[in-house]
Amino acid sequence: MREAWVIGLHSRDSRGAIHLIRDIVYRKHGRGCTTQASYAHERSASVLCSPRLMLSSLEYLLPWDFSPTVLLICSLSAVLYVRGVGVLKKAGTPPAAWRSICFFLGLGFDYAALQTYVDYLSQHMFWVHRLQHLVLHHIAPALLVASAPSVALRYGTPLWLRDRVVDPLTQQRAMRALLRFAQNPLVALLLFVGLIYYWLTPLVHFAAMLDVHRYLLMNWGMAVDGILFWWLMLASRDRQRQLALGYGTRVLLLCIAALLQILLGAYIALHRSVLFEVYGACGRAWALSPLVDQQLGGLITWIPAAMMSGVGIIVVLYHVMQESRGLQRGSVALAVGQSRSLSRG
Amino acid sequence: MFLVLLVLAACTRSEPPFHLQDITGLMPRLQFALTDANGRAVSADTFRGRVVLLYFGYTQCPDACPTTLAMLQQALRSLGRRADDVRVLFVSVDPQRDTAAVLRRYVGYFGQQFVGLRGDDSALQSLTRRYRVAYHREKPDADGYYAVDHSSAVFVFDRTGRARLLAGSTSGAATIAADLQRLLAS
Repeated sequence: MREAWVIGLHSRDSRGAIHLIRDIVYRKHGRGCTTQASYAHERSASVLCSPRLMLSSLEYLLPWDFSPTVLLICSLSAVLYVRGVGVLKKAGTPPAAWRSICFFLGLGFDYAALQTYVDYLSQHMFWVHRLQHLVLHHIAPALLVASAPSVALRYGTPLWLRDRVVDPLTQQRAMRALLRFAQNPLVALLLFVGLIYYWLTPLVHFAAMLDVHRYLLMNWGMAVDGILFWWLMLASRDRQRQLALGYGTRVLLLCIAALLQILLGAYIALHRSVLFEVYGACGRAWALSPLVDQQLGGLITWIPAAMMSGVGIIVVLYHVMQESRGLQRGSVALAVGQSRSLSRG
Repeated sequence: MFLVLLVLAACTRSEPPFHLQDITGLMPRLQFALTDANGRAVSADTFRGRVVLLYFGYTQCPDACPTTLAMLQQALRSLGRRADDVRVLFVSVDPQRDTAAVLRRYVGYFGQQFVGLRGDDSALQSLTRRYRVAYHREKPDADGYYAVDHSSAVFVFDRTGRARLLAGSTSGAATIAADLQRLLAS
């Protein structure tokens, strides 16, 4: 008993204390399990402290296929954004804290989906792949758009870079025409839903999961198209300028997008045979029934993806409210101004 | 118009498609550095000039590996002497238990064309990563036995080492033999 106390006092963590209690109980009841219990203690301690496990938990955060491009884009946007926020703070017009949080969450989600162990799992588990695309195509871009980072990014960009690279590139006629085409409401909807359908066509999906280049193209396409689509849906009209899209049209597009995703998700989730053979051929990340994997993946395509349209509609309605309130205020101000000028007259 | 389309389709596909899944251009060339069941270092060059079938498994596998290897054995038998130009590489995903001796005896059951390969974790991982294959060791049971989940695909490479076809455990010996025959002839 005294021996056990000594051990307990020396090991300062709670696990030591738990095992100490177990030791005491075993000894009190005179069971022969003491050695086993302390063995378990030793083993768990060695597992917890072993450098191998520390390394393998770190490995989850390391990229499976390291991409310098993703690292460069993510870190560059983060640096430019922080610089820009610094400039705006000095000018007395910093962005709201929640916008900065949205920005880093969106960026972090994109990075995590592409450059951590999640990427390995999404190559070997259909439902994780669907989750990866939910992040790349829906959640991360919606957060990035909600953060409205363009002003901060612009102020954060060094002048030489802005004048020599960014502005000439974005002001090119071909670039603008391409953007205008992609942001045509019908094209945007077709791209957004079409990409999901295209990459989930069984044969196309099969090739994408085997071929590294197709796989990268698929994920990049999802990330970029996500930003384009959600910018068109969520950004306020005064931010969109020439590309401004009416709020009614947005609600309609979001409803159609939701409907089409529900159809596809339900089809996959309720399908009775395995549609995506590639995961069985290349091996799943862990033992999971192919149909359960497919059902989970279908549900992710069906419910949260479609729910994002609901979130989008709420944001659009919020814009409508803000604008109508602004209009009211404007008209009141106008009326007051008129009555004043009348009374003066 | 329809006729033109038909002619075009006929021109682009001069050869009939393979029975198995065609993966030409999708996967990298055959490349690895492992040791065979006799302890010799082997690489893809060792098998250049032969049609190579690459399969991942382990000798204590209860179902998938023996069925697939038996199916391949049957396909090779039906090819007769032409099967001399085919090698089936059985890469162990469980090198701890699959020692060279165990592996040698196991592939010996299936025939001369079957080659057992093993390597340390890093050599194995670089190969599985190259062919986007996953394997996962389950937790051992009370007797210390553990299963390993692994891929079911058989990757088929032509004589030049290009990845060409993908077979599965349900492809069937006759189908595989037919496609192998075409690859051997080309």
